[in-house]
Amino acid sequence: MLMIPQVSQLGLPNDIIGWVLQIAFLGFFVIFMFYGQRFQMTIMLREVEKHLHRLKFIRDEGRKLAMETIKEIGKPQEDPAERVDQFLEYISITPQSMDPSGIVWKLEHILDVRDVRFKDEVKLMAPEADEVQLNNLENTLEAAMVLNIIYKVIRHFYILGKKTLSLYIIMQVQMVLPLIMREAEAFASALKAFATGQPIGDGAGALVAAKLMHGHKTKKIAKDIVAATVPLEGRIAHVLKAEGPGGNVGKPGDGIKQIIKENKGKIATIVMIDAAVKLEGEKLGDVAEGVGAAIGGPGVEQFKIEESVLKYKIPTNAIIIKEDIGDAVSPMRKEIFDAADAAIQRIKRLILERTKKGDAVIIAGIGNTIGIGQ
Amino acid sequence: MTEKAEPPTRKISPFSLAMILVTVVLSVVALFLGFTYESQDPTSALPYMLIGFIGLAISAYMLLQAQRKPSRAAFEMPQVITTILCQKCGFKNIRDFERGDYVFKETEPCPKCNEKMMIASIYREDKEKEK
Repeated sequence: MLMIPQVSQLGLPNDIIGWVLQIAFLGFFVIFMFYGQRFQMTIMLREVEKHLHRLKFIRDEGRKLAMETIKEIGKPQEDPAERVDQFLEYISITPQSMDPSGIVWKLEHILDVRDVRFKDEVKLMAPEADEVQLNNLENTLEAAMVLNIIYKVIRHFYILGKKTLSLYIIMQVQMVLPLIMREAEAFASALKAFATGQPIGDGAGALVAAKLMHGHKTKKIAKDIVAATVPLEGRIAHVLKAEGPGGNVGKPGDGIKQIIKENKGKIATIVMIDAAVKLEGEKLGDVAEGVGAAIGGPGVEQFKIEESVLKYKIPTNAIIIKEDIGDAVSPMRKEIFDAADAAIQRIKRLILERTKKGDAVIIAGIGNTIGIGQ
Repeated sequence: MTEKAEPPTRKISPFSLAMILVTVVLSVVALFLGFTYESQDPTSALPYMLIGFIGLAISAYMLLQAQRKPSRAAFEMPQVITTILCQKCGFKNIRDFERGDYVFKETEPCPKCNEKMMIASIYREDKEKEK
């Protein structure tokens, strides 16, 4: 608008070229007035498209890596491509929640069925793989599956936005894309870690437990859960973690329940150690303390732990190691590895302050134990 | 995952090309007018020249943007370090992670005291910190 009077004041209003310029600027103004939103939408769509190309690349690379690992480790007789593609499209239907009573057990059942089905599928894909490798391969395929879902959802909104030309559909995808891209990059990094069996950031809790139980006799107490009785600061510590070094989270809820049952409820306190999401600005590997069951996932294990401790009124303490989602699923960073020792010091201080000599305590290291033995 | 993807070739769309051409033509015209009337009325010529230069800059930017190849999609995998430690004499061996390594795995005997060594840590090297 400011340009129009300036152009007309150039001293040559009757000049044809001057008029052409005036009309051109007026034209620009009118076009932007009516089609401004359309231009904005086109720019947003291009932005989404650019990220969609990157997501497709990540997804394809993930699939390729999963397939190469299966071929290398599993030595299948036939090409696993078809099975891998079927696996990537696998769905799990959550139970109906209209009547929420008993939903936890229904969800647990579905998760168990899913786990068994995944393991069977991986066994068929990689017949030569051992138990540890099977767990790692399963994790690899699950990461590839997440990348496939992310790509498909973004593609869905991109196509839908293009079809409907709805600014709001396009805008919401474009706005969340930076966060989604971060997550996708993290899972891409996780794929490599899973494929080679490297410890990941999520294994911080398992690492703490492993450091405490190392050198002591371990026994299997629940599905994919091992425990050891460790003397610690004059107390009897029942330390448990998922069975490593394969990619595994196990069922710590069942493990804690079992130890409580074996000790007839005589547990002075429970300390749970897990990796937790840090806020921007917080330092990676910072250790924080609190109360409650420190465990993520779909909630089934947390529910079981809360049920068990409620019965005997056992205090539950949480120690968390802070990291972001990218660090949680990618190879473990040094700061997180070092934080395990700081967490152990916190555990020792906590049991010294909250329990008496000779008490029995449970220390549960939560998280994926890939690349961490015991 | 370290391999790089083939960068897709990028063509300028006819619409973008037309837009750039129109902007260039208008800018050249504005510059021509600016220089023509500079001697007669320098105050009036200035906005023309300004429009011309801005227009040329915008069209050059649009052309560069349209021709720019999309960033190469590639994964930089972090370096993961395995530290093997002798519990007896404290001998340390630091090397790149190898498939099959895991924390607390017993490895080859210590070259100093012949005691069995153990993987004490596996973590990723942060490249930002090295710089």
